[in-house]
Amino acid sequence: MTARGFDPKAQAGKAPNPSRHVEVLVIGAGPAGIAAALAAVRGGAEVLLVDENPVAGGLMGLDVPLYYGGRYTGAVQAKARMVEPVFAAKAGLAEAIEAGVEIELGVYCWGAWVPGQGLASLPAPVAGLADEERSWLVGFDRLILAAGARDVAIGFPGWAQPGVMGARALESLLTVYDAFSGRRLVILGSGDLAARTARLAVGRGLEVVAVIETQPAFRVADDRFPAGVERLAGHAPVLASGGIDGVERLTVRNLVTGAERTLACDTIVEAIGLTPAVELLDVLGADLAMQPRLGGHAPVSPDGVATSLPQVSLAGDVAGVDQGPDAVVYRQAWARALGAVGGDDEVIVCQCEAVSRAALLAVRQPTYLGPPSEAMAARGLDRLLDDGPANQDQIKRLTRAGMGPCQGRRCREQIALTLANAANISAETIPLAGYRAPVRPLPLSVLAAWDEDPVMAATWDVWFGIKGQWTPYADIGTDREALYDGLFGGDMHL
Amino acid sequence: MTDLETPGASVIVVGGGVTGLSAAWWLARSGVDVLVLDKGIVGWEASGRNGGGASHYHSPLFAEEQRLWPLMDEMLGYSTEYRRERVVFATNALHHQQYQRMAQMCRDLGWRVDDLDPAQVREFVPLAGDNVVSGIHLRFGGQANPQRTVQAYAWALQDRGGRILQHAPALRIVTSGGRVTGVETPRGRFGCDHLVVAAGPQGEALLRQVGARLPLAPARAEMIVTEPAPLMPVGGADGNGLYGRQTLRGNLAYGGGPHEWMDIGPAGPERRPSTPVLRNLSRRLAELLPKAAQLRVIRSWAGVVENTPDGRPVIDRLSDPGNLTVATMSGVGFGLSPASGHAIRDLVLDGACSFADLGKLSIKRFVDLPEDWRERAGWTPTSHEEGLVGLRL
Ligand SMILES: Cc1cc2nc3c(=O)[nH]c(=O)nc-3n(C[C@H](O)[C@H](O)[C@H](O)COP(=O)(O)OP(=O)(O)OC[C@H]3O[C@@H](n4cnc5c(N)ncnc54)[C@H](O)[C@@H]3O)c2cc1C
Repeated sequence: MTARGFDPKAQAGKAPNPSRHVEVLVIGAGPAGIAAALAAVRGGAEVLLVDENPVAGGLMGLDVPLYYGGRYTGAVQAKARMVEPVFAAKAGLAEAIEAGVEIELGVYCWGAWVPGQGLASLPAPVAGLADEERSWLVGFDRLILAAGARDVAIGFPGWAQPGVMGARALESLLTVYDAFSGRRLVILGSGDLAARTARLAVGRGLEVVAVIETQPAFRVADDRFPAGVERLAGHAPVLASGGIDGVERLTVRNLVTGAERTLACDTIVEAIGLTPAVELLDVLGADLAMQPRLGGHAPVSPDGVATSLPQVSLAGDVAGVDQGPDAVVYRQAWARALGAVGGDDEVIVCQCEAVSRAALLAVRQPTYLGPPSEAMAARGLDRLLDDGPANQDQIKRLTRAGMGPCQGRRCREQIALTLANAANISAETIPLAGYRAPVRPLPLSVLAAWDEDPVMAATWDVWFGIKGQWTPYADIGTDREALYDGLFGGDMHL
Repeated sequence: MTDLETPGASVIVVGGGVTGLSAAWWLARSGVDVLVLDKGIVGWEASGRNGGGASHYHSPLFAEEQRLWPLMDEMLGYSTEYRRERVVFATNALHHQQYQRMAQMCRDLGWRVDDLDPAQVREFVPLAGDNVVSGIHLRFGGQANPQRTVQAYAWALQDRGGRILQHAPALRIVTSGGRVTGVETPRGRFGCDHLVVAAGPQGEALLRQVGARLPLAPARAEMIVTEPAPLMPVGGADGNGLYGRQTLRGNLAYGGGPHEWMDIGPAGPERRPSTPVLRNLSRRLAELLPKAAQLRVIRSWAGVVENTPDGRPVIDRLSDPGNLTVATMSGVGFGLSPASGHAIRDLVLDGACSFADLGKLSIKRFVDLPEDWRERAGWTPTSHEEGLVGLRL
């Protein structure tokens, strides 16, 4: 038996020092999160319930976490002043506090980890939280994820301007923020989500100009929509146009006759599909699988509560929202219809990185690299597909689609749909484009570990700190070898 | 999908990272019929997850690397986003001292290094702040975009008639009469006259099949990336315990700090988690580049690095079987890849490297290594509690 050595430059022994520990951490104070927090506290647990709303105006502008499409009033810019109205709008929070739940609003959860493969040095589960000023870590025994679902966005000509938004974002701006700035809506989609969105809007005194469906028939019965709302099946949006404040009208085309009409509106709400907000689950390493009925890549769960990780459970829409077995087929049909409308060059699929649908399909290199070489120009999606199945992460590396500050929220689903249509395969076969911490784009100064353990600094190395790794080749095996270890230790630039 | 009928190739390369792809490209340039097998997608492991640094002046391959990088876009036919030179700057006295010594070492090796005062550092690195103490300007080295470079090798290889088979893990090396005759994969058996193993951490298990010992310890290393900032005159700006680069798009991609030792099976890593270490990286980057402190971090990631006991590459053609060449770059393989591929080509075709002595990178240096070398070094997965004891806290 030889003595086991120790590598002071490795992570072991430097586990993040959580600034506190709670028994149960609940992420998301929607109805499901509040109910879960209440149940946990009534079961005798110590419970911290965290919700990122009100989110900073800057993040809303990036469509994080929801696809707000810029249709909010100036009120959202004053985050501190939004806390009270958000608290008041979330029914049940007062009761939760009464019952002993500790609540933090305006706090982002940007990562969470449990011990597992590749994390041998992590002693216990930990979550990363942040507000606008700083980040901190909280240890937990149990994490209840109630992060909800978000909208699937699909582009069409003119979509990348204020006024095109998602149904979940509209609901949030109406019911949580009371800060929606639109008046006249066109809704895209004809399923349950579209019907509920239309009813919500009309109930709030907004005008719903029309509900548009690219497919020949609506997905739910006409009487699910408010009376008097025009319903146009077999129509596709072909151009959203407007001015500096965004959308002012939408041109739609009858896909049978080709006739076009222009509808005056200030907002176009995409209500085509929801996908569970699985980003924290992906960071945690919970099993996810394509489950079309649940809206895409959803947590693998026997009961909608348990996950593959014993410390992590689900509450509410993050487990998936039932949208019928053909939910992804339906989305793909929408993407096909919008693709057929054309405008591949104008439709900017990835707004952050300005990647058009044409550029995506051609696997075109980004414009900052200048004109492509001859060889590059000859490379397109078809040649890439000859070499292996479509993979979004690979295409993202080449085109930069999905690599921007919105972390792919506006584009990842439509990239998958677009690739699937181009490859003539089911979008259900496209692997999930991976999520990485921080799952909210937060400034360096906020994420920074200003509270760092001195041991981290004392043992920090640029690279592994392997003795002799940087010794110049000629000196290897000579007496000069010792010199380099003495001079630098391992801490050499790379 | 089975490709049982797929013919083999004169040379099969196991591993579609930068090392294997560069080797295959060099071979294809010499007219060799070459096939690359990868267990997944090309560049999916370390080769697509690294810092893109190309400044490994200690390596015998460095001069050739330096000669080649400025030519690579032209030679490959695709952009690698290569940019020349680096600035390393100190924000405290300790780092000042270290970087001065590093500069001296580079000068001793014959590479030009200029000293910079704080104002000059800020000219090259406008995101730097008032805390700059000094800097050095490496008038050599550089950095490129790893993901674009991997794909460039792969495509250039195809353009020269080479083939790549993705999702085809090499499961077994087939030998007969003391020679490698082929490779078995779930997609069939492929015959070859020569085998190159450039499989990253999986090289150890593969070589064991032919009785050769390639001691490797895999570990995870992490990086962060921010949203874009205006382009700085020098893309590679290191310091404060970080290595990194500004991408041509403007993002700051930086790494450094503690790694985590892993055990990895023949199928490769199941997961490559990045961790709360991203906070420590964020802090150091905010200190190094104070004018970037408000930039948002938009991602982090980890990649798996295979380390040899001395941290130096193995590039060698075995004596038995004599038609097997192995390369593991032990953590510094991206920047050196134009040259490592060239060296492998030479070993395969000519039996010796034409432009550098690689004798000290031979696999034979590990024959006497004790079986439990990883435990002795502490290079195995280690718990927090063991860590606390080791650090004597
Ligand atoms: C965070 C990080 C930062 C780094 N920074 C730098 C840097 O700045 N500069 C630098 O020069 N280096 C850097 N490195 C190191 C560099 O990335 C690696 O040395 C280099 O990529 C190694 O390339 P490779 O082709 O030898 O191995 P890999 O990239 O590991 O490729 C091996 C390939 O083999 C395949 N494979 C494995 N087993 C099998 C099998 N049985 N059958 C078929 N295929 C198989 C794998 O799928 C993989 O694609 C960094 C690494 C990391 C992780």
